[in-house]
Amino acid sequence: MTLTAVLIVAAALIGIGLYGALSQQSFVMLMMGLELILNGVLLAVIAFWSLGAGGPPRGQVLAIVVMAVMAVEMAVGFALVTAVFRRRQADTTEKLGTLKE
Amino acid sequence: MTAADLAFYVLSAVAVVSGWRVFRTDSMVRASFLLMLSFIAVAAIMLMLAAPYIGMATVFMMAVEMMVMALFMVMFMMNPAGLNPMSMVHQNRLSIGAAATAFVGLTVAVLFTDLPHEKVARQAPVIRDLGHELLGPSMLVFESAGVTLLAAMVASVVLSARSGRFGPSDEGSRPPGLEPGGEPAGRVPESEQEDE
Repeated sequence: MTLTAVLIVAAALIGIGLYGALSQQSFVMLMMGLELILNGVLLAVIAFWSLGAGGPPRGQVLAIVVMAVMAVEMAVGFALVTAVFRRRQADTTEKLGTLKE
Repeated sequence: MTAADLAFYVLSAVAVVSGWRVFRTDSMVRASFLLMLSFIAVAAIMLMLAAPYIGMATVFMMAVEMMVMALFMVMFMMNPAGLNPMSMVHQNRLSIGAAATAFVGLTVAVLFTDLPHEKVARQAPVIRDLGHELLGPSMLVFESAGVTLLAAMVASVVLSARSGRFGPSDEGSRPPGLEPGGEPAGRVPESEQEDE
């Protein structure tokens, strides 16, 4: 298990997540793509910390910041989905052609 | 090949394949569980990378998060059970191209970079170090993350509350009509329902 191998796995996760975030019409599936990107980022951060930098404590703090970003993305994302659905009955990106109704 | 290498390859395959299947399955609930599987595989790799705290925290966070996600799937999708085949994608080719470009670009960057190789010491007390770091020199970062989460909680309550401070949240909002200028499709805003 080398740093290169782990980073390539992280790159694959980021690529798949990018595909999901760009291609999915449903808001919830789109957010799954974003989550997958963050999953890859988290893996890359931990790989650098563990195999590249010799395990300084600050590296794990960066990983905790990434996890906070994940949680914020989920919470605010779902609240936005609820608000948009309530106002515009929209559950896919295609239904939001304009900023105003 | 050692057992650790084998476990790493298996877990990587699980993470990548289940991440890919998320966007290929018909069932929304299955999609969120596949995403959870991908996260758990990544968490197991992180356990192997001597980061037990982050790995376990990821498992717990993702277990709860995917339950919420499955719930939202059932609430918002027209076809949560996946009884009929479904593909809801747009700009498919562009997305595949962007994803492939990102993967190939990142891989090339990884392969052609002179990466540092300094492993974490085998017996290093990583969790104790993390605790001392979080409540010591990096406390500002830790507290900022906490305050950000609090702000996210307040924001999500404000965004998803049915009524705001100045009356119903959908006041003045009418769903678009089926034809231009026609009757609103879907739910009529509550403020207008009372007039009828």
